[in-house]
Amino acid sequence: MDTEGTFDEIRGHGTDAARPEFAALGEWIAETPASELERRQKAAEAAFRQLGITFAVYGEEEASERIIPFDIVPRIFTAPEWDRLSEGLVQRVEAINAFLADVYGARKIIADGVVPPELVLNNPQFQPALAGTQPPHGIFAHICGIDLVRTGPDEFFVLEDNARTPSGVSYMLENREAMLRLCPELFEMFPVRPVDVYPDLLHETLQSVAPRGSGLNPVCVVLTPGHFNSAFYEHSFLADQMGVELVEAADLHVDDDIVWMRTIEGPVRVDVIYRRIDDDYIDPLVFNPESVLGVPGLIAAYMAGNVTLVNAPGTGVADDKAIYSYMPEIVRYYSGSEAKLPNVETYRCREPQALRYTLDNLEKLVVKLVDGSGGYGMLVGPTASKAEIEAFRAALIAEPHRYIAQPTLALSTVPTLTESGVAPRHVDFRPFILSGGNGVQIVPGGLTRVALREGSLVVNSSQGGGTKDSMILTGPPSQSMGPGGLRQTMGGMSQSLGAGMSQTMRPLGGGLR
Amino acid sequence: MLSRTAASLYWVGRYVERAEFTARLIEATIRLDSLSPRPAGEGAWESALLVTAANHAFTLSGEERSPANVSRYLTLDHRNPSSIRACLDAARGNARAVRTALSREAWEAINRAWLGLRDRSFVSGGPGTLTLVETLKAEARGFEGAVHRMLRNEGSWFLMLGAAIERADNTARLIDVKYHLLLPEGEMVGGVIDRDQWTTILHTVSAVNAYRLLYRDGLRPAQVAEMLILRRELPRSLAASTDEVVNLLNLIGKRTGRQGEADRLARQRQNAMNRATIRNVIAGGMHEYLSAFIIENGRIDQAISQQFRFA
Repeated sequence: MDTEGTFDEIRGHGTDAARPEFAALGEWIAETPASELERRQKAAEAAFRQLGITFAVYGEEEASERIIPFDIVPRIFTAPEWDRLSEGLVQRVEAINAFLADVYGARKIIADGVVPPELVLNNPQFQPALAGTQPPHGIFAHICGIDLVRTGPDEFFVLEDNARTPSGVSYMLENREAMLRLCPELFEMFPVRPVDVYPDLLHETLQSVAPRGSGLNPVCVVLTPGHFNSAFYEHSFLADQMGVELVEAADLHVDDDIVWMRTIEGPVRVDVIYRRIDDDYIDPLVFNPESVLGVPGLIAAYMAGNVTLVNAPGTGVADDKAIYSYMPEIVRYYSGSEAKLPNVETYRCREPQALRYTLDNLEKLVVKLVDGSGGYGMLVGPTASKAEIEAFRAALIAEPHRYIAQPTLALSTVPTLTESGVAPRHVDFRPFILSGGNGVQIVPGGLTRVALREGSLVVNSSQGGGTKDSMILTGPPSQSMGPGGLRQTMGGMSQSLGAGMSQTMRPLGGGLR
Repeated sequence: MLSRTAASLYWVGRYVERAEFTARLIEATIRLDSLSPRPAGEGAWESALLVTAANHAFTLSGEERSPANVSRYLTLDHRNPSSIRACLDAARGNARAVRTALSREAWEAINRAWLGLRDRSFVSGGPGTLTLVETLKAEARGFEGAVHRMLRNEGSWFLMLGAAIERADNTARLIDVKYHLLLPEGEMVGGVIDRDQWTTILHTVSAVNAYRLLYRDGLRPAQVAEMLILRRELPRSLAASTDEVVNLLNLIGKRTGRQGEADRLARQRQNAMNRATIRNVIAGGMHEYLSAFIIENGRIDQAISQQFRFA
């Protein structure tokens, strides 16, 4: 897509000068030679590779471990921007949890005709076996990663609700560590809120939703499919930062509806499992019987209320792209007010009128598989070839109910280091929202993904996207050069020191405690 | 601690130790090989293959027994389970699976060593190999340092336990091969061949200066053997490794309340070691003594896996 006329988050609309609140960043970009930016970017990427922050790309050789490209130019949100976003995110996530409690419970929203029953009950992500089961504390989606896009100063849209096992939070944390080390001057210019509280908040959230009666110090674990999984680094990183065990299915067994882990001192009872395995694979007795990643009997233990699964099984019905199109209604239904964060306009191809419109405008639209993710199964009309468009046309006619279509948005851009200097590139944003016994919490930050190819709108890491640090500011930017900014720098320094300390001081034997 | 985590840490310890040992062996062999005009240089690479128990497999590979081929086989060949590359692959695989139980520094040392070797398909003769070996030794030292700065709990103890078991095995094999080759029954020792050979052994366990300090004497095979087998002051001696295994099992036992067959076997071996003198060892047959030691070491390894439910 043409970047002219699109909103640049630092420079605003089509001018060369930065928005006044980001003037210092504009100067920083102008005054730091591209070669110096490049040097720092390479240093960051070398550090990521050394830490092993890699991901595997499905379909490539198992041995191929890539790092996600990191861009040295940060993206910045002002305090008022962030406050408005936060309100919208809290409202949205509360609605998602209310919706899940409802569809696995009384199903009022269906009875009231707000959402068509077949969209929920015939949804492949809906787990009929779990109807009637409410998780401890009634929370289903403890961790949500809501994907947002922006088209103007005040125009934010939700692109996708990730309510299953959203990933990427380790990049939020590691990108910040890299920026603190490589660009400390930015933290003197801007009062940036720290993100390194995330692991503590996550641990608190996990403990707060333990089954009742599991004592003062519930045993929490992170369940990973294993080190061949593309997000394994993140699994190990989070377990590490929280000081809990990182377990694989073979480390767990279920006895009499109670989950135990195998340790060198004998079995230890597990109360909360932050699982990074999809529903389909989590329990071969209930779901995919072929799965070797799962723990037989886990779902029975969950239904008996003896263990909390984070996120609960069956949350996929809330972030499905077909349900997505009903989110404005769902938010209104549970919160009683309009959604503060609007959806991107969405054509449900299951509806004949929408299908006709979609087929007539394929070259202008983005078409997505209802159950696809990661940028797979997606058509970006304006950049697609004739053959690709025709292939999608045939697929749409054959199975219209599997697709939705959305207009191609003029996604905002952020200055990004490219081969020909700093230039605008399209971005999206994924903040992480935690819901626990203590309410909803959002760490001031998130994952900014950037499409590194000029004009590209696809930011997925599996499709060549990169990441940036996302800085949320504390105060009005006019104070950024004053004492407030300096104080914040000190905060930033102790922040990176704190992370290092927690690394070395982390108690190793989580099972002992 | 998860049993799987303990098992992986133990194997990380073993594989890093084995990689370092192979690196040292290659370094010492290059040195010996450069003496090839003298008789001791003959068969230098052959005996390196014997020490790593890779002789048979190398023969099967059908490659010519040239220094370049053997050195590549010991350094980079995937088919050789004792090659530095195979050891680092295995160490990193285990380390990656238990990232959370390692400190950042310990992980980085392993990952850096692995990255350094990843894209290499050949070693450019002696100097190239030496540089490679130097780097690997430095990473291994870095890893050991990082392990000693980790929390003093099961995590670091299982790493050290694996290293101690592996070190005992490696040193025993090294003495066995060299001693066996060089000291035929009844032959007088002290000639120039022995001198070169024994110096090579001392280089492999980085104990050239240690020998001088402990014995203040010329190279005498019986004393070299005594030092490598019985002297507790030498960290790579069989006695030192034996003590270390006992101590680590004690620490783990106190922490987890789990003691058993592994502790019993390790203490038994320690008692036998306390009673041994180099004269008895030589009189009873050095090769027999070392073979028995290697088998016993394997038995302790098995007992450890069972006691902590590795499998």
